[in-house]
Amino acid sequence: MLSRAVFLSANFLKGSAPLGAGLVHAPRSLHTSSQSLAPVPPLPEKPGKVRHGFVPEEFFQLLYPKTGVTGPYMFGTGLIIYLLSKEIYVINQETLAGISIGAIIIYAVKKFGPSVAAFADQLNEEKVAKVQEVKDLAMTNLAQAIENEKKEQWRVEGRSMLFDAKRNNVAMLLETNYRERQHMVTNEVKRRLDYQIALQHLNRRLEQEHMINWVEKSVISSITPQQEKESIAKCITDLKALAKSTQAKAVI
Amino acid sequence: MADRPVPVVEKRLMDVKLGELGTWLGGRDFTPNGLISAVRRGHDRYYNKYINVKKGGIGGIAMLIVGYVAISYVWEYDHIKHDRWRKYH
Repeated sequence: MLSRAVFLSANFLKGSAPLGAGLVHAPRSLHTSSQSLAPVPPLPEKPGKVRHGFVPEEFFQLLYPKTGVTGPYMFGTGLIIYLLSKEIYVINQETLAGISIGAIIIYAVKKFGPSVAAFADQLNEEKVAKVQEVKDLAMTNLAQAIENEKKEQWRVEGRSMLFDAKRNNVAMLLETNYRERQHMVTNEVKRRLDYQIALQHLNRRLEQEHMINWVEKSVISSITPQQEKESIAKCITDLKALAKSTQAKAVI
Repeated sequence: MADRPVPVVEKRLMDVKLGELGTWLGGRDFTPNGLISAVRRGHDRYYNKYINVKKGGIGGIAMLIVGYVAISYVWEYDHIKHDRWRKYH
């Protein structure tokens, strides 16, 4: 709001005053607070408004309540007339040079301004597009990573079923092993018992045979020779009788 | 209107009343650090308002150039004085 053309020199003596054009109606903050905005705000779209290329709009707004629309222009006219009449601004050859250069500059800006602006915008667009591409790529990658993560989580749920199946397997193995061992145990026990039975049988048979042999031997030894002759004679008579009976039977 | 009484030195130039101007000036930081920080603050404000925008206009640099022209005229005034057309104004 401080018009640069007039106040700049005075302000420069006060080294601490801000050099920029200030805002009149914007919310004011004290000099002591300095906040740092954490998410960086986007760049403003348009710069502060400037009229006729070098007078900031705030100057016009400052004078509007008191003098209306023509106020600043009257102020400018009065200033120029004052500077010229008191020859604070001296007209010399530099004035002509300045006017010519000013005219050329104004013509160039009016003619080529929009195309230069479009070109600069296009450069900017390319930069932004490149960065946006990177950002989009990163976003898709992250989204993909999220998908993969969800899939992994789903798989983890299935993992418990896997463990159940494995547990079943192990249980079956254990069961099989247990049954095998039981089988073996019964077999072994049966074998041992069979052995004992066989042993007992063997013992009994041996005893029987031994007893029989002993009885026979004692009987045979008890048969005296006399008894032996008598028994042989009896056998012969018996045989003869038998022969006769069979002969008789055969004749009949 | 203020929610708490603020010391004069901390107010911005536009909020300082005319009578307080002396105390305000006296209390400002004139150490080299203070001066440099003041220049930096001014530069940042101007830069962020007129130059660091998406679609800048001619106003940003035009104001700087006009200011430069004015300052150089002021510095050369003692020399230009001799080109005056009249002696008495």
